[in-house]
This record gives sequence, C-alpha cells and structure tokens, in this order.
Amino acid sequence: MRYLPLVWASLFHKKTRLILTLLSLIMAFMLFGLLQAVNVLFNSGADFVGANRLITQAKVSFTQPLPLSLLPRIESIPGVARVAYSQFFGGIYQDERNFFPQFAVDPDRLLDSYPEWKLPPDQREAFVRTKTGAIVGRKLAEKFGFKIGDKVPLKSFIFTTKDGSRAWEWDVVGIFDGQDDDWQGRSSLMYLNFGYFDENRQFGQGGAGVYIVRVADPNQSEAIAKAIDTQFENSPDETKTQTEKDWNLGFARQIGDIGLIVTAILGAVFFTILLVTGNTMSQAVRERIPEFAVLKTLGFSDGKVTALVLAEAPALCLLGGVIGMVLAMGAAKGLGAVLGGAPVAVQGKVWIEALVTMLLLAFAIGIFPALRARRLQIVDALAGR
Amino acid sequence: MTALVSIRGVSKRYTRGKQTVEVLQKLNLDIAQGDFLALMGPSGSGKTTLLNLIGGLDKPSDGEVMVDGKRIDTLSAGDLAKWRARHVGFVFQFYNLLPVLTAEANVELPLLLTNLSKAQRKKNVAAALAVVGLADRAGHKPNELSGGQAQRVAIARALVADPTLLVCDEPTGDLDRKTADEILNLLQTLNRDHGKTIVMVTHDAKAAEFASHQLHMDKGALVGEAP
Repeated sequence: MRYLPLVWASLFHKKTRLILTLLSLIMAFMLFGLLQAVNVLFNSGADFVGANRLITQAKVSFTQPLPLSLLPRIESIPGVARVAYSQFFGGIYQDERNFFPQFAVDPDRLLDSYPEWKLPPDQREAFVRTKTGAIVGRKLAEKFGFKIGDKVPLKSFIFTTKDGSRAWEWDVVGIFDGQDDDWQGRSSLMYLNFGYFDENRQFGQGGAGVYIVRVADPNQSEAIAKAIDTQFENSPDETKTQTEKDWNLGFARQIGDIGLIVTAILGAVFFTILLVTGNTMSQAVRERIPEFAVLKTLGFSDGKVTALVLAEAPALCLLGGVIGMVLAMGAAKGLGAVLGGAPVAVQGKVWIEALVTMLLLAFAIGIFPALRARRLQIVDALAGR
Repeated sequence: MTALVSIRGVSKRYTRGKQTVEVLQKLNLDIAQGDFLALMGPSGSGKTTLLNLIGGLDKPSDGEVMVDGKRIDTLSAGDLAKWRARHVGFVFQFYNLLPVLTAEANVELPLLLTNLSKAQRKKNVAAALAVVGLADRAGHKPNELSGGQAQRVAIARALVADPTLLVCDEPTGDLDRKTADEILNLLQTLNRDHGKTIVMVTHDAKAAEFASHQLHMDKGALVGEAP
C-alpha cells in the first residue's frame, strides 16, 4: 500500500498520453461489456421460457410453412395439452425504423398456449370476433400511442393481399401485457387474427410457419417432440420439433454464430489494444529509465522496481476497464430501451470475465517493460547508456 | 580518526565491444569518518567510477571496498541494494528527482524501504526539508523549483534515512556560482555540524575548497593531494 501513491503518480507521467490510452481502454471495455451483454441475451433468452412448450417447424427450414392439416394429428398425440400456430407477418409501420414483430395467430389457441400474457376477457372476445382484429403489447402501445379502436396500417415485406397490395390494415381490439416483469419487458409485439390474414393473402393459404405445442407434463417434452417428428417422418411435411429455448437459439443462429461474431470482434479489439497499450507502456518505461536507475540507487531492489512497473499496468487497465464497463452498463440499458425493453444487461458473469481480461491484458503489456526495468544497470542508466 | 571507507588494490575495467578500458588501476584509499573529501581530476580520470564503487553502485574488477567495516564488493545485488538504502545518501549533478512527485514525496522515497509508519515518515521528511531550508516548498513538484531548490530537495532525500556516508557527483555542476556556494555551504554544515562523511566529485576548484581536503585523480590513479 505504501507504494500506491508512487505507482499512481507514475501513471500521470504524461497526462495527454495517459488520457488517450485510458480512452482506448474505456472504449474497448465498453464494447466488451455491451457485446457480451448482447451475447448473454442471445444465449439466455430462452432461460425464462419453460420447457412446457415445443415448437414444431418444417424440417428443412422454419421459412417453409407447414399445412394446417397437421393440427389435428399433432393434437392427437398423447400428452399434448394445446396446440397453436403462428405465421410471421413481416409488416412495417409507417417507416422501416419502426419495425416490430407481428404474428398471425389463432386468438384462442395463442392465448391458451401463452398464459404468460394477460388480456381482459372482453378484449380477448373482441380479438376472436373481429376478423381484422389485432392485439398490441403494452410496451409497443406505449411507444406508438396505439389504443383500442385505432386502425394500424402495416406494409408486409413478405405477404401481399389478393389484389397484389402489400398494405394491410388492422383494428386494435386489445392491449395485452406480461404476467411478470420478464414478460412485461417483452410486450413489444403484435398479434394479428390469422383467419383474416389467411383468407386475404395471395399465396400460402392453409399454412403456418410454426406450431406451438403446449405439453401437459414438461418431463414428457422430449418424448412428445420425438412422437411429433415420428408422426410426419417420410411425409411431404417432415417436421423438426424442439423446445422453445432451442428454437429461439436456432432462430438467433440464422443471423450467424453470435458468440463467434462477438468473440471475433472482441479479439480484434483487444489485439489492437494490446499493441497500442503495450507500445505506450514500453515507451513510458523507456523514457523513465533514469528514474528507475535513481530508485535502484536509493536502494530499491530489482524485484521492487519490477513490481512497481508491473503494478502500473493493472492500475491503468483496471481504471480504464472499470470506467468502460460502467459505461457499458448504461449503454446496455439504452440498447435495451431501443430494442423495446429487451433485458440487455451487463451481468456479474460479464464483470468477472472483464476483470480477468483486464488482469491478463495488464500482465501482457506490463511484463516486458518490467523485465527491462529489472535488468537495467544503474551506472549505465545514469550515464544515459 | 578511523577509516570509514577503505579501498585496497581496486581496479575497474570496462569492456565495450572488443575493447577493454582500465578505468581504475590498483587504487588504495582511506576516507576517515567525518571527512569531507573532494575528488578532483579531468574528465575520464575515473573519479565518478571510484565514487560509484564507494557508493555500492558498481563493483570493482579486482580489489576490496570496505565501508564501515563491511566488505561491499562481495555483496549480492539484493544485499547491496539493502546496504545502499541503509548506509549511503546520493546527490547527483542533475538532481534526479522524480518529476511526478512533490518535494516531500521525493524525500520520502528512501523511507519507503524502512519499517517506519506513515506518520513517522512524514515527520522525518519534514525534518530533512527543514535542514535544507525548504520546509515551505514541501508540496511543490521539481518543475516548480529553481535549480538550487531542487538540489536542496535532493540533499534532503540523501539525508532523510540518516546514512553513514553522503556521495555527491558534481552537486554544483548545474548551478550558478551563488547557488553553488549555498549548496556547498549546506554540505559543509552537514559535515561539520551533523558529522556526515561526504565524498564529492567535482571539476570546480572553488567547490573543492569547501571540502576538508582534496584528492586529485588522473588516468585511473590517485596522484596525491590537490594543491
């Protein structure tokens, strides 16, 4: 502890250089915190989704629809409690920047399969009754000011109406919300009445993107998933049934291997930081060789001088890293808000990874300058050799 | 008076590339306790090399260096560092203060190697700065001090751990005459009133006059008392 003021003061040897180095470290760790938070979101998004729901999609790809004729056959499988179906609509509201997900669903089946959503009975009734009916998540309604009775025009980038238009108009008949905080945070989507959608689309009638299968006993999920796929084996509509968690992960993987992308970006960032900060540290130590010679002259041992130099690197990395991570927490909150309340957060695990990275980085940039300071000969260093 | 420093048959050779240069040749010297010795001589005569050997910054190629009854030429690097911390105070021509530290923090550096408490270190630092007349400059950094003041801080740093020996390499080489005389007066006071043994290397004949006696070196050998 008695050497801490010396280490701290040495960091400020060149203030401008220190600030620039700190800024690069802050940016690197802010990126680290934010990307890891996104990574965790992608990988743990299904954590709060119970295994009491299965998703059945076409074996080839979830973009290939399955016929609605499979519905009674899936329902007949023992252990299946309720089956819903859903088709991604792909609508744009006014501007592409306003994109939010919409799904065409059978109202009763959807709401029976997702007890996590709450919708007043009269609004549920209206959703079932109104052919052009749509229900809107609370967060989405708050964002765009949607209220019951509004007409919401959506331009689908997938489906055209029978007259060839991409413009669809839906009547808001209900506002739904989550039963708990998690689901309330996810209420940034819209459900559309499947009947009207199916009757009026130009192609793909009688098909749905996925089936959502609610099972009576979560312990039987695996067996039921197998039974569903076996049912349609060697048929024109072979299926692939997974837990909702696995399906969500698979959906995210359509974008690419998020973990690999994040690792690659961070790898590039930290390699650059390693070079930049390492070079800065080396330069700082090179400039201070006479000072280290003075310390040795005063009786500081080789080991102490090595430790003093080595201590500067973690001080620098921890200072920049912690500031960066704190900023990442704020940025994650902001990103979550932009993504409609998605739970993007820098969790404890990410903090631990960041701290380990800070210490490894510190060791990597500090060890060679420290060894150089250790090896210096007092007489040569004082003579400027 | 007993000899505080005793040098016997000391030679020092440096190898630079393929060339070996003999800087000191079989040198013998005794420096008495409480002495203020000025080592004079032209550049390259070996006076700084001799000073480095006396201060334990370097080791001889041959011969023995005894300080206060201890052979220091056989100590390991670690033991030699400990010995320097306890027994020697250094004053350099260019002060060699750490620019990022205040005067007080610079003076405290040798005390960081002791077991003294923070409060005791602070007290000792204040006392050392008072001895050199800079108690009011404790919070200033080296770039806020004049050359003379910076050298006084360096002297305070050399004194603060109460060393046996003060080793000064051209302590006035970077100062004007008036300031140099002030510094030399201070060294004289430390020698006379505080009993510090001082070995000072200088080119300056006027500076050497402040010492109790002078030795002249040439081509790596002592050539007798300076006139």
